[in-house]
Amino acid sequence: MNKLDRITSRVTCFNTKNVDTDQIIPARFLKRIDKTGFGDHLFADLKPAEVMQIPDARHRQILIAGPNFGCGSSREHAVWAIRDFGFRLLISTSFADIFKENSLKNGVLTIELDAPTHARLVEVAQKSPNAEMTVDLPTQTIDFGGIQTKFQVNSFSKTCLLEGLDELGYILRHDSQIAAFEKRSI
Amino acid sequence: MQPKTLYDKIWESHVVVPETDAPAILFIDLHLIHEVTSPQAFDELRKRGLRVRRTDLTLGTADHSIPTTTRILSPTQDREAYDQVKQLETNCRDFGVQLYGLGSDQQGIVHVIGPELGITQPGKTIVCGDSHTSTHGAFGALAFGIGTTEVGYVLASQCLLQRKAKNLELAVNGTLKQGVTAKDIILYIISKIGTAGGTGSVIEYTGSTIRGLNMDGRMTVCNMSIEGGARAGMVAPDDTTFEYLAGRPMAPQGTEWDKAVARWRGLTTDSGAKYDRTISFDAVDIEPMISFGTNPGMTIPITGTVPNADSEEMRRALQYMGVEPGKPLLDHPIDVVFIGSCTNSRITDLRAAAQILKGRKVAPTVKAVVVPGSQQIKKMAEAEGLDRIFKEAGADWRESGCSMCIAMNGDKLEPGQISVSTSNRNFEGRQGPGGRTLLASPLTAAASAITGRVTDLRRLVNS
Repeated sequence: MNKLDRITSRVTCFNTKNVDTDQIIPARFLKRIDKTGFGDHLFADLKPAEVMQIPDARHRQILIAGPNFGCGSSREHAVWAIRDFGFRLLISTSFADIFKENSLKNGVLTIELDAPTHARLVEVAQKSPNAEMTVDLPTQTIDFGGIQTKFQVNSFSKTCLLEGLDELGYILRHDSQIAAFEKRSI
Repeated sequence: MQPKTLYDKIWESHVVVPETDAPAILFIDLHLIHEVTSPQAFDELRKRGLRVRRTDLTLGTADHSIPTTTRILSPTQDREAYDQVKQLETNCRDFGVQLYGLGSDQQGIVHVIGPELGITQPGKTIVCGDSHTSTHGAFGALAFGIGTTEVGYVLASQCLLQRKAKNLELAVNGTLKQGVTAKDIILYIISKIGTAGGTGSVIEYTGSTIRGLNMDGRMTVCNMSIEGGARAGMVAPDDTTFEYLAGRPMAPQGTEWDKAVARWRGLTTDSGAKYDRTISFDAVDIEPMISFGTNPGMTIPITGTVPNADSEEMRRALQYMGVEPGKPLLDHPIDVVFIGSCTNSRITDLRAAAQILKGRKVAPTVKAVVVPGSQQIKKMAEAEGLDRIFKEAGADWRESGCSMCIAMNGDKLEPGQISVSTSNRNFEGRQGPGGRTLLASPLTAAASAITGRVTDLRRLVNS
């Protein structure tokens, strides 16, 4: 996993509710058997002006999204597309469960904020489209246009991102417990 | 002992390492794989020099990107799909995984063949790189979709990192009205709880209405749990479950069967066990349902009217769909009817559609496509003469696969076309760029095929 600790970047704000993974990357682009190049097809049909009309869109690492972002299909290609497009950090009021897991596994941090705080960030992003946001994972703080706010992240995910922890390696280190479990359940 | 829910019981019996700050390590009993979400996971295994830990608990099929007009996938027809299916064959061969691929008579949609083979069983943990894995919960299994990275974890370790979810009880009680099916129940529920209503939760469906459903119906309900935001949905196993599984090729046999059933009977929620939340519904309130918008929560009774565009999301949805607020959907002209998908492609669904189409004709303005969920279902339907009913009515009768539910294989809507579809997602472009989807039951889909318009099947049948 790629490490992530502190990001300072301009922000893309696409505050639409229930953006499903079919919108993030339509199914016809899922036939590739590697993980590369999906960024070219991000929002291929939806083409939201909020994202596509920003000249430096692919250089912005932070996306403020709307509620229930990433719902629907479990396709990890959605996160590969977001990541390949350039985003490392997603902020919303809520993300769909599978999408959230997939994000973490690709070193993309999802931050869930309460609706009023989310709305304040959206307001700043809309008023000052080129303002920079700083997100600091160790202190769990967001700094954006005079707004300073804390965010929650569970300690395991935080460690994973800060240290670039290899989750599969972590599971495989428990091989003897897995073997014992298998023996018990035969 | 503290009373437990069905979810508590399955969770606890699969914990290898308990949850602390770190998620639990959870053992997986059955891993289903398909061509679209597995290639990058096998790549990872190769890169790390790992093998598949439990080939005996892993099963593959090709379903998403394969044609349904033929069993031959030619590289000239679709190079990428061809490569993807070939890669699945190579991966399964190299790693020793059983594959029911294209050409196998056990091939079918991954969530159809698991139950059909009898390998989907009560009490199991079941995963697949596909969000509709929740289907298998109908058997009292804990079944959920995972991403490709996690597919790699399960291939290599037979385990996942998981945190225990909240437990949501959805109770449906009472007798269903005429023409109301399992599909209408789940569409109704999602219209009430919304597409994020179950986020962070595992659903248990309870109540007399759910108990009264056959296994095909229970699978339809559990299948769409993810459309309500829940990764998993389950129904406690009972005699209906055991009767379905008895004698299936991969179900336990002989004395093993008796032992298994005795064990499975314990897989119920204890009285006094606590859910985090319970929502109750009355069956009598449920009408045949149809979606009007661009997510499955945007669903109304077939006799209802399209709601007002009171939000930006709704305004956009209605505009995309070409439907007018305050107007009924009934009699809205349609172009395509699709009967199939992991939601509604089982024998009960095909029988229901055939019952409506028998002796009638598909409207000349409509293209109707019937895609059985598996080769076994195809065979069964043909033995019953359902294929003749469909063909005589003017519908296409296809080979099994995901087909027009996900539109990866060439089966798709043209821009602007509108379908009544028995699938599970009405997202923008889901059935092809610019295509518009109205989700409904096989009965409603078949009735609409005949008239060429959105139709209340009760009016058609009773007239």
